[in-house]
Amino acid sequence: MSVIADGFQQAFQLIVSGDGEMLAIMFRSLTVSLSAVGLASLIGLPLAAWLCHVRLPGRRAFELIVFNLMSLPTVVIGLIVMLTLSRSGPLGSLGLIYTAKAMIIAQFILTLPIVVGLSYDLMRRNGKRVLELAVTLGAGSGKKTRLLLREFTPGLALSSITAFSRAIAEVGAVMIVGGNIRHHTRVLTTAITLNNSMGEYGMAIALGLILLVLAFGVNSAIYFLSGKHRENRT
Amino acid sequence: MKTSTLLGKLVILAVAAVLTAGCTPSAPVTTTVAQTEGITEAPAEAAGASIILSTTTSTQDSGLLDAILPDFTAKTGIEVKVVAVGTGAALKNGEDGNCDVVLVHARSDEEAFVADGFGLERFDVMYNDFVLLGPVGDPAGLKADHQDDAAAALKALSESKTVFVSRGDDSGTHKKELEIWAEAGIEPAGEWYVEAGQGMGPVLTMANEMKAYTMTDRATYLAMKADLDLEIVVAGDEGLLNQYGVIAVNPDISENINAEGALAFVDWILSAETQSLIGEYGIEAFGEPLFFPNAIKR
Repeated sequence: MSVIADGFQQAFQLIVSGDGEMLAIMFRSLTVSLSAVGLASLIGLPLAAWLCHVRLPGRRAFELIVFNLMSLPTVVIGLIVMLTLSRSGPLGSLGLIYTAKAMIIAQFILTLPIVVGLSYDLMRRNGKRVLELAVTLGAGSGKKTRLLLREFTPGLALSSITAFSRAIAEVGAVMIVGGNIRHHTRVLTTAITLNNSMGEYGMAIALGLILLVLAFGVNSAIYFLSGKHRENRT
Repeated sequence: MKTSTLLGKLVILAVAAVLTAGCTPSAPVTTTVAQTEGITEAPAEAAGASIILSTTTSTQDSGLLDAILPDFTAKTGIEVKVVAVGTGAALKNGEDGNCDVVLVHARSDEEAFVADGFGLERFDVMYNDFVLLGPVGDPAGLKADHQDDAAAALKALSESKTVFVSRGDDSGTHKKELEIWAEAGIEPAGEWYVEAGQGMGPVLTMANEMKAYTMTDRATYLAMKADLDLEIVVAGDEGLLNQYGVIAVNPDISENINAEGALAFVDWILSAETQSLIGEYGIEAFGEPLFFPNAIKR
């Protein structure tokens, strides 16, 4: 029991003193996951909106594929990205392995299906009225996409935030492609894993608490956003 | 609907994350339960059904334990649950009463472990050695100048700022590496000194990818050699020898400790038969033994 008590005491000291390495790890986590989700949203949201209204042969198959990709295991993503970026892999010449960029690529692959899947589902279910209106206005494909994106902004933000919470909490992919290198690719989850295996429970708990606060913060955002969203629609 | 279930999952995940970070490594926790059951179910059976061996990743990753443990189970009927972590964490597991016996390689820490009352007695079991690896062709020229002087070799790397990948995980191998840096009078830091914070296997892969130098135990290197463009550049230095010790955890720490099983394990691993098993391991697969038994006959 004293292990836990000591751990928490140390953890609070670290947090209160704003330990430099701890903060750097937190910011690195945020940078990597925000970049990945930002990219995934930039590409995924318009793509999903476009796919909603475009003529799509084999729509069922597409939906099934995206739905399945939403649960891609992170270690599998890590393995694939590692093999692709490794020196002997097809993109080895880029020299990206064990960099933050590699981690962003892995988390982009993780979050893109989540962003596309959730936002597509939302717009496909509820977008009929918007699309009918768009047709009466004589809107083209680009206009329809923009209308959908504007109409469903809160719900779309929700899908991005959900993707972010998955990204910031994952350890499998960033451990493999980033390598958990101190001062370079060490993020909250990989640092917690390492500190746990070293028996440095204070640091592990401190980082765990930070990760919790981030995760809870994100979930609160989801809660409020979805609440507002519901109010708007009734 | 969708959001609420997702929320639920996220909360569970978050809580689980903190629990695993907050407790001692999760594996021993689950195994302790099994062990307690074993004791209550069969109090008459002297040794109990299983013991937990806390050891370093090298004994596990090299395949040694897989090769020799079935013999112990066959002879005693005791199952061995292996928790393979760094030496620091392995000893910590013992201090917390989460395992019955430890097999690690950090002599001074082991002696302190016994002196502080966490372990009963420490015995030499076997040794292997560490080697410095570099990219094929040895661009830093360590082989030519410092073939059997690890400290001088590391010093040369630091002076030329050649990329070196360190375990950086407080493992026995990491501690050994730090000892040699200290011997060389250098505090390694800078862009060229990569602190990986991972196990030996991932670190070798990383050094291979970065065309960097690193330090490893010979066993892991031999096991992975086929996939690596790394070669041994420094070996044979007295300071690179790596002695393994076995210690039964003091049963006074926790009532869950299977003391008899642990002592049976210690007796077994020090026995002449097991010692020769250890010495034979690796010859078939790698052409040379990975560990050299050196238990003192009792």
